[in-house]
Amino acid sequence: MNDVTGPIAEAAGALLVLTALAVLGTSRIRTAIALVALQGALLAVVILVEPGELASGRSLALAGGTLALKSVVFPRLLLRAQREARVQQELQPFVSYPFSITSGVLLLGVAVWLTDRMTVPPLAHSLDLSVGLFLIFAGLFVLVSRRIAVGQVLGYIMLENGIALFGLTVAGHEPVLIELGILLDVFVAVFVMGIAIVQINREFDHIEVDRLAALRD
Amino acid sequence: MSGPAIAHVVLALVAAPLLLSVISRVKARVAGRRGPPLLQPYYDSARLLRKGAVYSTTSTWVFRASPVVGLSAVVAALLLVPFGGAQAILAFPGDLFLFASFLALARFVTILAALDTGSSFEGMGASREATFGALTEPALLLALVAFAHEAGAGSLSAFVQPVWSESATTGALGLGALGVVLLAENARIPVDDPATHLELTMVHEVMVLDHSGPDLALIHYASALKLWVFGALFVGVALPQPDGWGGFAVAAAGMAGVAVSVGLVESLIARLRMSAVPHFILGASALSLVALILGLR
Amino acid sequence: MPLVVVLLPAAAGALSFVLRGDAARRGLLMLTAAAHAAVVASFWVDRPEPMLADWIAVDALGLLVLTIASGLFLTASVYGVGYLAREGPDVRPDFFQRGRLIANEPEAVFVGALLFFLAAMSLASVSHHFGLLWVAIEATTLTSAPLIYFHRHQRSLEATWKYLVIGSVGIAVALLGTFFLAASASGTEEGPVVVEALVSRAASLDPTWLKAAFIAMLVGYGTKVGLAPMHSWLPDAHSEAPSLVSALLSGALLNTAFLGILRTLEVLGAAGLGDFGRELLLIFGFISMGIGAAFIIQQRDYKRMLAYSSVEHMGIVAIGIGIGGGAPFGAMLHAVNHSVAKAMLFLIAGNILALYRTKTVQEVSGVIGLAPVTGMLWVAGFLAITGTPPFGAFVSEFTILRGAIDDGAWIVAAGFLALLAAVFVGMASSFLGMAQGEATDVSRGRRESILAVAPPALLGAVALLLGLWVPPALADVAHEAARAIGGA
Repeated sequence: MNDVTGPIAEAAGALLVLTALAVLGTSRIRTAIALVALQGALLAVVILVEPGELASGRSLALAGGTLALKSVVFPRLLLRAQREARVQQELQPFVSYPFSITSGVLLLGVAVWLTDRMTVPPLAHSLDLSVGLFLIFAGLFVLVSRRIAVGQVLGYIMLENGIALFGLTVAGHEPVLIELGILLDVFVAVFVMGIAIVQINREFDHIEVDRLAALRD
Repeated sequence: MSGPAIAHVVLALVAAPLLLSVISRVKARVAGRRGPPLLQPYYDSARLLRKGAVYSTTSTWVFRASPVVGLSAVVAALLLVPFGGAQAILAFPGDLFLFASFLALARFVTILAALDTGSSFEGMGASREATFGALTEPALLLALVAFAHEAGAGSLSAFVQPVWSESATTGALGLGALGVVLLAENARIPVDDPATHLELTMVHEVMVLDHSGPDLALIHYASALKLWVFGALFVGVALPQPDGWGGFAVAAAGMAGVAVSVGLVESLIARLRMSAVPHFILGASALSLVALILGLR
Repeated sequence: MPLVVVLLPAAAGALSFVLRGDAARRGLLMLTAAAHAAVVASFWVDRPEPMLADWIAVDALGLLVLTIASGLFLTASVYGVGYLAREGPDVRPDFFQRGRLIANEPEAVFVGALLFFLAAMSLASVSHHFGLLWVAIEATTLTSAPLIYFHRHQRSLEATWKYLVIGSVGIAVALLGTFFLAASASGTEEGPVVVEALVSRAASLDPTWLKAAFIAMLVGYGTKVGLAPMHSWLPDAHSEAPSLVSALLSGALLNTAFLGILRTLEVLGAAGLGDFGRELLLIFGFISMGIGAAFIIQQRDYKRMLAYSSVEHMGIVAIGIGIGGGAPFGAMLHAVNHSVAKAMLFLIAGNILALYRTKTVQEVSGVIGLAPVTGMLWVAGFLAITGTPPFGAFVSEFTILRGAIDDGAWIVAAGFLALLAAVFVGMASSFLGMAQGEATDVSRGRRESILAVAPPALLGAVALLLGLWVPPALADVAHEAARAIGGA
């Protein structure tokens, strides 16, 4: 089985890295949303080829849930929230795009270096571990460096993708119920954030979060 | 010094301008025209060689030497590139750095010649070329190093072929980077439009604006050879080539394929905004770095 | 069976979206709060058995947190009925931003979210499976966001957004910690990530993963607890939310989030790494106390002052647990005392806000003259929260201090005392200045309705009672909880 799943998992992992770097480097919100949706699909693929779980009921349920949520529902929610703020099509980061991409590649190096140091539990693709860690870093970077609220939500989704990938390789087998519960929670979180963004646009006429600075000491 | 290796050099020297004409033909066909005859570059070169060269009074020997030195550098790089599964004429561990250095030399003398004219047009082109060169070199070198690491060998001839079978991921990422470098180094869309003559949009064209006659012929021929060199590298990684003359035929067909693809890319994609070009080439460097990092695990 | 405390409010929450009529909804709220409190009281009499293979169980720690949440919810509901009646759905001008109109959230959403919030907190208290615990605590963030955004204006929206984003990122880190915890156990035979199971297998858990798990849980859940430096959302959220929501957030939610850290500490202790965890808790505790004290002094907004006081008190609880020995018992008592006193203070602050229409300390004066019960309770609350005898916080803080001295940790004890004194001084002038002096002219509405005053008065009485006499049942449960997390 491993002959087929190994290269597939590796290809999916490399593509995940590329999508994350592309999110760091793109300036258009719609492109970023599409890229994160693609990440969800890639994540579903990785779930399906997890060692020892090829096409089992559990992995099918999880992969289906991940796909439905992260590749279909979330992009819809975010596009709707972004459509409200019609004028703002750009992500408006605090740092330049070349800086973001260079930082992204540096973070990838850090992630790979850290993974080398970890005692990897058995039955884990070490590539997935590095990619998961990298997605966590990249997600945090996007969350912190983007002015537009939708950008922060995208960073959060990428962070969750990384944690999910990490958990997949490292955490053994959590019961399906818990995994689905986690998915549900992430869904509700993004849903609520989407509503909040629409409200922010109505109240403030923009969705730049660094301009939300009225409350201070 | 095998038969196929010498045949490759001969083929390259003879057929390189054909690449340019194939590209023009493809672009014309896509645009609904018939396009120039395939031998057009040769006719152009013959015409230019018959003419005399005009040299500006502000230029020095640098300007006159540049086309020859540039061509020699590209030919030297050609000697390092493997083709058709056979070793190149010159092959030793670490020759990838020599390869990059020859190409850098070619670019260097072109820039020098442009600066030597004292014209602001050429100076602007030279600065743009230098910037883009600074960006493509890491991309090229990193991709080659990633390949070398993956294949476990240090010579272009040794590592170009096995990369794909060793790791498809590294191969795919590296090929992506190489493709971008090919387009950038050879002044193709989306990096530079070879047909434009607007000051705001020229990069390569503007540097050679002052050359004439045989010098211009040499420069056109050198750029054709450069395209061949990059194409051969690309084909070497992308296509599996059996040993012997069968591999040679495969590689030659691959070269034609590269020309057609470049033509298609030029027809179908728009030229990037000048400020977006560094981002684009940086993307290639990122691809190479990712290939390297993933390979180093 | 323990799941009743979760299912009951969840069903009521769903029902409140369907019900028509504000009176019916408010009645539902009160009824559910009372029923919930009754069920929790029954747990004190007779602890229910664990169910679902130990995923759901009621142990001392969970019972303590659950009781605080339930009791506070009941008092807040009584207050809330009066509050919702006063608020009304009409659009009105914003007092703080000229020229803007604000409306309130639909009451159905508010009441529904309140009930779901209670369900989520109850689930967190009774879940012993770390994954389920995570789901529950994330659910508390999501259900409390609409509560903060009750008054629909720019400031509360900003506070809600920060709360959502920072809270979710923190919880995501906690999820990573949960996976680290599972990784530490993955070398052994397959077993669920349940507290009891991990404790029994503690010797065979990988220590590096365990330590990483605790750090991630501390930072992640600590964000929800309001431990500095992850506390930046707290002053905004707790000051912009309606007062009864602030009372619940400060009094109930912070403790519930602490559960995540404490359960991990349980496992850590069983594996012999308890000292590592306690050291980290001490560090974060002192940072929290320090930042809380620093921002309380010179604070101009009295609700933000109360919020920073919550940061400070969570720091005190962390320090109490970090000291070990006899101090965790004090920390458990302090969780109770702080919740009671803080909830009372927030409810009273709500009354003051309704009267004076300003959140600035300078602009409020003469509360005792204008609204005597409110004013008295405000001063009493100040004494309670700063640990003045005869209120309960004094007893718990004293226990923590004695634990430090018994341990010979003189620097810890000295720092603790110094920060407590700083907070007292910082709060004294503001609180007393607000209570005394000439009453500014406010002639809107009724001064003090019974529903607005009775709940905080009750809480004040409880705070006083706990200072004079700790009921044996409470002391037993607190001791049991303290023992589980490494105390004596």
